[in-house]
Amino acid sequence: MAKKTIRTIPQARTPMPEQPPELRVRNFDEVATGYRQEDALVEAERCLDCADEPCVRGCPVGIDIPGFIRALGGRNFRGAYDVITDTNLLPSVCGRVCPQENQCEGVCTVGQPPSQLEPVAIGRLERFVGDLAIREGWANVPYIEHNRFKVGIVGSGPAGMACAADMAKAGCEVVVYEAFHEPGGVLKYGIPDFRLPNAIVDLEIDKLRALGIRFECNTLVGRLFTIEQMITEMGFHAVFIGTGAGYPSFMGIPGESLGGVLSANEWLTRCNLMHGREFPNYDTPLQPGRRVAVIGAGNTAMDALRVSLRLGAEQVMCLYRRTAQEAPARAEELHHAEQEGVQFHWLTSPTELIGDAQHNVRAVRCERMELGAPDASGRRRPVAVPGSGFEIEADTVIYAIGTNANPIIGQTSGLQLDKRGYIAADAELATSIAGVFAGGDIVTGAATVIEAMGAGRRAARAMKAWLGLRDAASIAGGDGADEPARRLFGLPRGEHGYARLHL
Amino acid sequence: MSDFEIVKRADYSDVTYLLEVRHPAMARAAQPGQFVIVMEHERGERIPLTIADYDRERGTITLVIQAVGKTTKEMQQRCQVGTRLHAMVGPMGIPSRIGHAKKVVCVGGGLGVAPVYPQARAYKEAGAYVIGVLGFRTRALMFWEDRFRACCDELVVCTDDGSAGLHGLVTEGIKQAISAHADIDEVVAIGPPVMMKGCCDVTRPFGLRTMVSLNPVMVDGTGMCGGCRVKVGEGVKFACVDGPDFDGHQVDFDDLMLRLKRYRPTEQAALAEWQESCRLRGGPGHGH
Repeated sequence: MAKKTIRTIPQARTPMPEQPPELRVRNFDEVATGYRQEDALVEAERCLDCADEPCVRGCPVGIDIPGFIRALGGRNFRGAYDVITDTNLLPSVCGRVCPQENQCEGVCTVGQPPSQLEPVAIGRLERFVGDLAIREGWANVPYIEHNRFKVGIVGSGPAGMACAADMAKAGCEVVVYEAFHEPGGVLKYGIPDFRLPNAIVDLEIDKLRALGIRFECNTLVGRLFTIEQMITEMGFHAVFIGTGAGYPSFMGIPGESLGGVLSANEWLTRCNLMHGREFPNYDTPLQPGRRVAVIGAGNTAMDALRVSLRLGAEQVMCLYRRTAQEAPARAEELHHAEQEGVQFHWLTSPTELIGDAQHNVRAVRCERMELGAPDASGRRRPVAVPGSGFEIEADTVIYAIGTNANPIIGQTSGLQLDKRGYIAADAELATSIAGVFAGGDIVTGAATVIEAMGAGRRAARAMKAWLGLRDAASIAGGDGADEPARRLFGLPRGEHGYARLHL
Repeated sequence: MSDFEIVKRADYSDVTYLLEVRHPAMARAAQPGQFVIVMEHERGERIPLTIADYDRERGTITLVIQAVGKTTKEMQQRCQVGTRLHAMVGPMGIPSRIGHAKKVVCVGGGLGVAPVYPQARAYKEAGAYVIGVLGFRTRALMFWEDRFRACCDELVVCTDDGSAGLHGLVTEGIKQAISAHADIDEVVAIGPPVMMKGCCDVTRPFGLRTMVSLNPVMVDGTGMCGGCRVKVGEGVKFACVDGPDFDGHQVDFDDLMLRLKRYRPTEQAALAEWQESCRLRGGPGHGH
């Protein structure tokens, strides 16, 4: 077969089948229904299998992307699944929620100028393979040779799941602690079913259980026992903290305690994890509004907006102080929200929430903004236009303007925190307590699911080195292990485990 | 960790009941002032309840619950010895600071009587002179007088109708304690917001430090949802992770009371529907 070139591959990116907007705003089923086999085979043809493989470097977890697409193109679906699960146990999750346009697809050779083509739809192909594996009941449980190490993971979200998987595969006994009554973290309480069904998350978690990972829910680490107790009393040789940023920000403007004003986290948790949308069959109340205003324009804001539409709101508005160009949400999310009927009020900043006689919110007082000089983030700073105040009627106001550091681990441990209250960690994600690693939003502040997974895996690598475990990706001890300074009693320091002495 | 088995139940009145739940790890960790979040069944809501007592030896957590809404009434029907809760997580919140106060007044009103008990006992163990002030609507609702007698140097019981003890609200009991003792260091008041507000109004003129325990609407209890935000002084705090104890003189109780009403219409509808379904199914004890 002749080598594929940019001219011989199918030119158009295979579209993702979707529920039509007018239908999907009335249900919580998935918007993107997934590639059919014929879609996947055509799209797989578009990969040039280039020598450079920029996509692999663009992937935070380094999936062998050309490898799995090659197998897929050859109709070796199981083989494609095997390639992906070598590095990523959660293809059905990542294929759905990764911002591929900034990662693998953003650097894909097919999409690079001077080419006029769109990049290979890597995320859609990954999801196709992951979903097929679920339907076929495939699971790749590697042979695991158990070692004597016990690893504790705090938080069962994407960072914790990724770290847990790697440590279990390395042979450690792994226990994951979760404060909620179900594992999954933000994948469960935050991301709505129409983007990532909770049933898919549960199936992926079952795969982690098949590796021998134990999930302990209803466990608030810090308060039920401390990080220090895990190391000193509970027999954990290493601990990973991936508790997420969770402490939603408000603006501090008047009226924020009015009824009907809440954080996107609360809104989404009531709807997704607690099934408030099925009230009274489920007991958690939700009180959907008729006119909903969401402040912020990130992915969480898009989720809150689209949930509101599906709960039957008549008018759903996005208020953002900059413009569509600066909005942090993925282009696809903005597009979906727009298709479904969300009204965008760009260059609009709330200054006050106005209540009615029952202390419920009835309107948002806003002012117009214009973009001035770029600020520290490189985005042009919004500046209020004097005298531009106006009101927008709303009976529900949802804040999706980011989060602050959750204080629980800081309150209950001696871990060093950074200036903003997040856990201080070095490049290897090691914290100030030996054997304790941290990653994801609790270290970096709010980011994406795949970045958290990448951090979980990076921490797992460091943890393996610290425990002296051999790792296919890095030889224990690393470079210079033979230097005298790197040896203890004649042995490379990285080659053996630690005994913790209590004096 | 635990399967949340109920090992003891006691009923103090038509509305007040005690559940003792087996959870050895939590019994070891619990401190006065902390709370748990409970789910009775898998479709239930998560409700915060202050820990009324813990027994480290028996490995149990004690909750005293007032049946006021659908969830607490349903729990009253279904939670019997040998049954299990779907979930119980905790201990949550920052433990009460049991400082070096030499003389304290521990005030509990209605559903606040049980939660103030661990603090009264902790103060006693720390060597303080403890004056207990308990408020009930009427004699028939009284409970735990014996437990308080055992850890209080003085105990004032108040009833709204005068059927037992002092005729009047707990604020009368506090006034009495303040007039009898000029050297009170601290007041701890736990109960309905309107009661805590009344207590703070009494102690404010005396500049008497008054700690209150707030129990606003919560979902996760870990700081993630922000539903429990309360106005304290100039700032906004999350009761679940910044509290639940706050300096009562700084708390905006009017704001708290308005926020607590937010879900009342939906909750009342749920309660009415549930009671109707109980009636149709011929009585309590139905499953899902």
